[in-house]
Amino acid sequence: MNKTFSSTLLEHVTKTPDKASIYFLEAGAEDRTLTYQILFEDAAVFADKLQQEGILPGEVVVLIIDYRVELLAGFWGAVLQGAIPSILPFLTEKLNPERYLADLTSLISVTKPAAVITYSDFKSIVEKAIQPGSSVRSILYLEDILGSEPDVNESFPGLNRNPDDIVLLQHSSGTTGLQKGVALSHQAVFNQLQSLSESIRLNPAEDVVVSWLPLYHDMGLIAGFLLPILSGIPLVLMSPFDWVRAPYRLLQSVSRYQGTLSWMPNFAYNFCARKIRDRHLDGVDLSTWRAVINCSEPVRWESHQAFFERFKDCGLAPEALQTSYAMAENTFGVTQSTLGEEPRIQRIDRESFLESDLIIPAEDGNPHLVMMSSGRPLDNTQIRVQDPHGKVLPENTIGEIALQSSCMLNEYYRRPDITEKSFQDGWFLTGDYGYLSGEEIFVTGRKKDLIIVGGKNIYPGDLEELIYEIPGIHPGRAVVFGLFNEDLGTEDVVAIAEADDPDPLAKQELADRIRAHVTQNSPVSLRFVEITGPNWIIKTSSGKVSRSANKEKYILEKGLA
Amino acid sequence: MDSEIIKTLGNFISSEILGQPDRKIDRDEKLISSGLIDSLSLVDIALFVEEQFGVLVDDTELNADTFDSLHELEELILSRQV
Repeated sequence: MNKTFSSTLLEHVTKTPDKASIYFLEAGAEDRTLTYQILFEDAAVFADKLQQEGILPGEVVVLIIDYRVELLAGFWGAVLQGAIPSILPFLTEKLNPERYLADLTSLISVTKPAAVITYSDFKSIVEKAIQPGSSVRSILYLEDILGSEPDVNESFPGLNRNPDDIVLLQHSSGTTGLQKGVALSHQAVFNQLQSLSESIRLNPAEDVVVSWLPLYHDMGLIAGFLLPILSGIPLVLMSPFDWVRAPYRLLQSVSRYQGTLSWMPNFAYNFCARKIRDRHLDGVDLSTWRAVINCSEPVRWESHQAFFERFKDCGLAPEALQTSYAMAENTFGVTQSTLGEEPRIQRIDRESFLESDLIIPAEDGNPHLVMMSSGRPLDNTQIRVQDPHGKVLPENTIGEIALQSSCMLNEYYRRPDITEKSFQDGWFLTGDYGYLSGEEIFVTGRKKDLIIVGGKNIYPGDLEELIYEIPGIHPGRAVVFGLFNEDLGTEDVVAIAEADDPDPLAKQELADRIRAHVTQNSPVSLRFVEITGPNWIIKTSSGKVSRSANKEKYILEKGLA
Repeated sequence: MDSEIIKTLGNFISSEILGQPDRKIDRDEKLISSGLIDSLSLVDIALFVEEQFGVLVDDTELNADTFDSLHELEELILSRQV
């Protein structure tokens, strides 16, 4: 039999049915333990239901479920049925339902799923998103599925999938992200897990993953869900909604379950360091935590320092703080720092970094920047740094990071146009910039003005379009960019819009409207909103808004430089 | 006239959370459901209320159902102060 997600899950179910696969944590409730047998039975209910509905292997099943066990079971149910699950973010109270509907409608038209699994609160939105002639043949509501008896003896179509078949789709957030579903094969995921496990020296006898990450994001889906379940190691899973309100739960859970591995974005290090009270650390022992891996936004040495200083008295080891560079298109991990050692640090000359592409060590007394390594490539991945013409650049020179591996995406699902543009001479162009020093990569930023806020990739163009929807703002007269905030360890989003009315009260109201509109229609909130008079915004000769020039102007005017 | 508690809370939110010290927040203005306060800042409110007023707000209470305006937060604080 081929090695697939289904065969691997069933192997664990057969060999260790009573072993804890997931400890499911929920604020205000007792922790629940899902053994492999329970996870399998719960999943089988979904697989049965999909089969009854005539959902065929290879068809896409979209999951829009809030944080509960059924999301996990629904994912595995789709896998057992041989279908291709895609977990989407659900509608939170801050988001505008109309915008969510528009995004979902467009995703459905590109991805062409055969079924949607959701819950009845979502009924009106999902039904509206399914247009006449839609690919969706079936909408399943959790309320109608739960309580059914699983048929665990059937032969699951998922067992007949080929390793090269697509096993899942992963969409990133935002209007732009939803247009690109990263399609991964069984084999790609297994290749990733094998190399990743090697690099983090995974030990199934001792390791325990603790995660609060959302499952619609690659870091949460691969490192915080599939790696532990497919490798047979326990996963302690809490909701990002609970974590953001009570970050101490992460540390208490590591202590209670003797957690060894966690992944989180850079801002979470600052967040934990700043927002946990002493009394929540009573009795917390972090000495088992052997790798806390910083990943999915630029890694900052200052954030590691703050985290270590805050929690060293709980037994946290300095070398536990690790780094990685990862992306959904490579399944997840691209590089990993060396476990057991602190990531490499470089003090580089600030001026040379800002004025040129060359990295030179800072001389004593000169202004410098501290760069932290994201480690070396996984053993199945090669990386290189190149210029815009595809010429490979030497060490210590900033360029675009390109990669090749045995765990690349099959394609952007049903988007051959975007897929083709992403490769050059067989190398995948990441859109990230960085430099190599020895075998290690130091990531310096993104091209295309991408903003990364708390691990979420935000396209400023999406936010500018939102601002143009507001009466009183004309297209081309707003600009959005990210500004790094040292305290938060992530970027603040700044919006500047021109208005004709100089009245301060009118400006305040306009700023409020912009803030509310962006919050309700995008995954982020604006930190600073500035209303200026006409002709503030700098445009290029072709009439396009230049984000970098406007950012520089803003920094100078505010005296932030 | 707004009470001292409302003024203190309003000042904290304008300057520390929104980064706009001049921003006046109405006592009944929606804070959470409107998205004015991002989920990443909710815990700051709990920390501030505890430090400033000696009142505990549990993390399961950091949602619009428990308080969604300065006025509602004030009531919660008053009901818990001994």
